[in-house]
Amino acid sequence: MMDVHRQAFKEEAYELLTELESSLLELEETPDDGDLIGRVFRAMHTIKGSGSMFGFDDIASFTHEVETIFDMVRNGKLQVTKTLVNLTLAARDQIKSMLDLSDGEGAADAEASARIIAGLRTLACCDTPAAAPAQAKAAKPAPLERVSYRIRFVPARGIFASGSNPLHLLGELRELGTCTVMAQTSGFPSLSEMDPEACYVYWDVILTTDQGVNAIRDVFIFVEDDCELKIEVIAEHDRFAEQQEYKKLGEILIERGDISAQDMKEVLAQQKRFGELAVSRGIIPEARLQSALVEQRHIKEVRQEKQSAEAASSIRVPAERLDELVNLVGELVTVQARLSQTATLREDAELSAIAEEVERLTAELRDSALNIRMLPIGSTFSKFKRLVRDLSGELGKEIEMTTDGAETELDKTVIEKLNDPLVHLIRNSIDHGVELPQAREAAGKPRHGTVHLAAVHSGDSVLITIADDGAGLDKEAIRAKAVDKGIIAASAELPEKELFALIFAPGFSTAKKVSSVSGRGVGMDVVKRAIEALRGSIEISSVRGQGTRITVRIPLTLAIIESLLVKIGNDSFMLPLSLVDECVELTREDLARSHGRNLAHVRGRLVPYIPLRERFGIPGEAPEIEQIVITEVNGQRVGFVVDHVIGEHQTVIKSLGRAYKNAEGISGATILGDGSVALILDVPQLVHSVEAEAEAA
Amino acid sequence: MAKVIMTADDSASVRQMVSFTLKQGGYEVVEAVDGKDALQKLASHKVDMLITDLNMPNLDGIGLIKGARGLASCRFIPIVMLTTESQDSRKQEGKAAGATGWIVKPFKPEQLMAVVKKVLG
Repeated sequence: MMDVHRQAFKEEAYELLTELESSLLELEETPDDGDLIGRVFRAMHTIKGSGSMFGFDDIASFTHEVETIFDMVRNGKLQVTKTLVNLTLAARDQIKSMLDLSDGEGAADAEASARIIAGLRTLACCDTPAAAPAQAKAAKPAPLERVSYRIRFVPARGIFASGSNPLHLLGELRELGTCTVMAQTSGFPSLSEMDPEACYVYWDVILTTDQGVNAIRDVFIFVEDDCELKIEVIAEHDRFAEQQEYKKLGEILIERGDISAQDMKEVLAQQKRFGELAVSRGIIPEARLQSALVEQRHIKEVRQEKQSAEAASSIRVPAERLDELVNLVGELVTVQARLSQTATLREDAELSAIAEEVERLTAELRDSALNIRMLPIGSTFSKFKRLVRDLSGELGKEIEMTTDGAETELDKTVIEKLNDPLVHLIRNSIDHGVELPQAREAAGKPRHGTVHLAAVHSGDSVLITIADDGAGLDKEAIRAKAVDKGIIAASAELPEKELFALIFAPGFSTAKKVSSVSGRGVGMDVVKRAIEALRGSIEISSVRGQGTRITVRIPLTLAIIESLLVKIGNDSFMLPLSLVDECVELTREDLARSHGRNLAHVRGRLVPYIPLRERFGIPGEAPEIEQIVITEVNGQRVGFVVDHVIGEHQTVIKSLGRAYKNAEGISGATILGDGSVALILDVPQLVHSVEAEAEAA
Repeated sequence: MAKVIMTADDSASVRQMVSFTLKQGGYEVVEAVDGKDALQKLASHKVDMLITDLNMPNLDGIGLIKGARGLASCRFIPIVMLTTESQDSRKQEGKAAGATGWIVKPFKPEQLMAVVKKVLG
């Protein structure tokens, strides 16, 4: 049982640490931000508090030191400096390694802990007196608890003459939180005595807000001199357990001073409904009673709301369970396809109706199951911020990272698999892209380099761009290197795009020296392969002296894809629809005309094609008219010759298992409506291997 | 239809800042260079709100507020005065003359917009 809690604490702590890191990095930029300081403090506080509860005593005592420092910062006794941020980041890493090692495999480096604590203590004692007054103002108060207030607002008769509109004030109150307003109209005189320009109404308001009493006073700032304003606290919702019932009506009325305790006792002695009795006896006017009842109801509602909000908040589920769910949904989609097909074949109206219903439900279930796995990419972004900060420091460069579209959602597995390639690309930008400060100034650019990371939805995929404002790619250097490594012939003339694409070739590296960051000559080809394994693509563009932009296109989800179903003989194959450009016919005449060169004329342009029947060694005769499915891979059009094109298909991807891991040109399989298996073609790999064979020949 | 706000101030720079901020916020703006100018323009323009400085030549802010409250079209509109921290007595005077509220100088555009939103709804 304890282990479960420990595990939960660890998960929470890891999350807090991630958040802490990004808060600290932001804090470095805006050292006066009271919100951020509060966030850092609370993260430390939670880690300390929960840590000691679950037996992470070393973490608790270590974190206590850091928390103490941030308490001082929060109270304005200490200023946020670079040293403080550095130390706290180090402390954060130390806590993380303590967590990592908490399962018994060795202990964290105690010396490092001692060093960090010593550093923090030094900061604490020599920085206190000087900075205190200046900082006291800057720190914002920590967020307040939710409190219910009873407000009685009796405006002056002549309030309209000063141009104030009480309704606007009530509107402002409503914006502060949950608000129940009750107008009291008992002050109205008879029509003949009424001054139409005077205000006879007053209001009882019950407001539940976390903004604090000052926010309420601010609402009335312009009118507080000309009105009667009473603000009282009636319930503090977050402070104590709310099992007990809210005050009885009589208690409310006594508290408000509307009746005396004596009156209440007398009335209670009659043992009837108290409220009605009180009114009928003329102790209080009906309106006052209504107002008190409203208060009672308001608090009840707020409490209910709170309870339901607590129930509806998010739950934590192990990722495997989600994977299992998606797998099951995948199976269901397959079975549903069979059901639909069977229903159509039987021409049974009743069965068809059921099949349609199942189809609709399955589609909805599929969408929501896939949606559960969607996560905003922002969590990865904040990790990169740290990376950029640390690496640029190491290389003596001044680089700032900006991000865009952190809220863009992607499948969880995709995000995980994207991490390494993106790290590599960002490292490259820092190491090879952005120049040293001196070099930048000499080139008339700001000392500060920028690496911009952006994510945006585009159809069924997500585009991730990594753009730097560095030196850009050196075309001549790439060319020379490629010739040197024997990747291209010395005489080859390549267009810019293809030249840039060479840096993705295996064993290619243009960096003049090897640094700890990059330049070991492995990498870009690995990056490209990793992206392609996600069925994505990568593109690079660059202007010398202005910077480089790398665009990665990634499908939203891995589990289900739109694909084109084709047939060769009796075998079915799938091509990812995102890669397919068009389909054209290939007749025997065309074949005869091309003299075995596997090139087709499509609107005046030559498109190379791969005859799949031949490639996969499928026996039998090709039909009279074959089909070429033309795909676009890395900007290059390549056709695939098949017997028939069947149509679009929602494909649930199944992996082939270890025995077929090395099957070339196949990325997976799927089960069709009739129960047969269709193989999913790995288009880029097929193109690649055919090219490699052609070069070898 | 956009609401119309008049800004009365003898300082061109304050007028400009107020006017720019209000226009950004989607309001129409009528500018007046002093209290007298403001009163004349109020007689012919229908405005939904008035923002006035207190110290102005010809007719000061207090005079303008009193004058405006005397106009049928301006009896109930919000009037906000611009004051400095040290002018507490003037603030009381302004309130007595019929001002709705005040903004303490120097102020930021966001503060101005917050007050406008507060009194104009």
